[in-house]
Amino acid sequence: MTPGADRPDGVLPAPAAVPSPAPWAHRHLLDVDTLTRSEIELVMKTTDEMRDILTRPIPKVPALRGMAVTILFYEASTRTRVSFEVAAKNLSADVVNITASASSVSKGESLVDTIRTIEALGADMIVMRHSVSGAPYLAAEVFGGSILNGGDGWHAHPSQALLDLFTMRSRLPGGSLEGRKVVILGDVLHSRVARSNLWTLTAMGADVWICGPSTLLRGYEAWAAHGAAGRRFTLTSDVSAALKDADVLMALRIQKERMASGLLPSLREYAARYGLTQERLRAASPDVVVMHPGPMNEGVEIAADVAVDPRSVITDQVTNGVAVRMALLYLLAGTHHGKVGA
Amino acid sequence: MSGRRIMAAEDVRRAVTRISHEIVEKHGGTDGLALVGIQRRGVPLAKRLADAIAEHDGVMLPVGALDITFYRDDLSLVAQQPIVKGTDIGFDLNGYTVVLVDDVLYTGRTIRAAMDALMDFGRPKAIRLAVMVDRGHRELPIRADHVGKNVPTSREEVVHVLVEEVDGEDGVEIARLPDGRLTGGAES
Repeated sequence: MTPGADRPDGVLPAPAAVPSPAPWAHRHLLDVDTLTRSEIELVMKTTDEMRDILTRPIPKVPALRGMAVTILFYEASTRTRVSFEVAAKNLSADVVNITASASSVSKGESLVDTIRTIEALGADMIVMRHSVSGAPYLAAEVFGGSILNGGDGWHAHPSQALLDLFTMRSRLPGGSLEGRKVVILGDVLHSRVARSNLWTLTAMGADVWICGPSTLLRGYEAWAAHGAAGRRFTLTSDVSAALKDADVLMALRIQKERMASGLLPSLREYAARYGLTQERLRAASPDVVVMHPGPMNEGVEIAADVAVDPRSVITDQVTNGVAVRMALLYLLAGTHHGKVGA
Repeated sequence: MSGRRIMAAEDVRRAVTRISHEIVEKHGGTDGLALVGIQRRGVPLAKRLADAIAEHDGVMLPVGALDITFYRDDLSLVAQQPIVKGTDIGFDLNGYTVVLVDDVLYTGRTIRAAMDALMDFGRPKAIRLAVMVDRGHRELPIRADHVGKNVPTSREEVVHVLVEEVDGEDGVEIARLPDGRLTGGAES
């Protein structure tokens, strides 16, 4: 199945509102668009427990003993890869790391063959990052275990969206996103983080604002125009309107490596017009939560003094990333225990 | 949850009182004593034991809650991951004599998992075990130090300890499982 094949372009389905204690039923985690609100709540609750484990003298439990987790990254990454590895090890899983550039992939092995090989080597779960949108969906069709999408192209980054949500809830009074103004600022065009966050945040009732130069907002207009029952979503290039009374501000990296010429006049102009500075921050709520998924270009999308401001939770995001990924590995493991293929 | 009632609310209350005395007697006082309840019904039982000890010995012992989900040996056998209910041990258990509290002692596997979990929090001086019901059928070399009631059962039966904090009433019921299903070793 290709991502989005089950929904007409530009239409956000209404969030599933009925919160029931539904058990976890997803074998793969490819994106957050298939998660109901109660499933998101289950991830958050499980993450709470994992955070507790991280504070113990020995931050390790035997829950995934005997599980083989393969981390297969076709794209550069520090925090996501290390965070998944630490998470798997904290749960006592056995971890194998494959960097595509140092594997048979460089000899031209296809993705499907690579996945079959990893399965034959005994992997129960594969955490995968790929530069092509939808690649994990193809992997999920051939793999007998669980695929966790660690980021695919411009499409989705589900574990990041869930750790962002967890971080926001732990900082916002009352721990709820309901009616909160959450602003995602920057290069949303190339951002899988923005796309996945849009699903979880609107599902949890947040008032989401996407802000950036109009050249970087393409593709979102259709979503914003259609909207959907129960999901609030505004698209704007007006940075002062977006920042006004914001409860959460998430700056996104200007992805230089993906910046085709002509989308921005210059990085300096972007920094001047959209960069998150102390001055701009004054328009937001006094307790605004400042976030950035990293890696940062300091002085471009976020000023250095904003990144280390007491209201910044950027390092919390990294710590919470481990806990969220422990929760995801744990929940997914339950759907195919026994043995792959059995 | 309908079955034959084998302990009434009053019996449960009396058992808690008796066990609370036994715990202090066996330990020779309350110094260095702590209680840890196993989620879910062991937690309110531990709290009640602590209250009873506070009443007759005038000392409020530290009480913790332990979730053993991540330590179960049957995670690979159950169809769905059990929902985690939370561990909360707000004291340093190094050097304490820790009394584990649970509702039903059955195969002993829960207690094995609980001991592993406790060890990850430190090195207790000793671990003891108090349960409301011992129903037999042990699969591991584990025994309880304090028992509310010994109940001979068959594997086709299931024992429910009801506590007011969770079930709205106190009591112990025994019921027969439908169509020859066996109780797995998982739950107790």
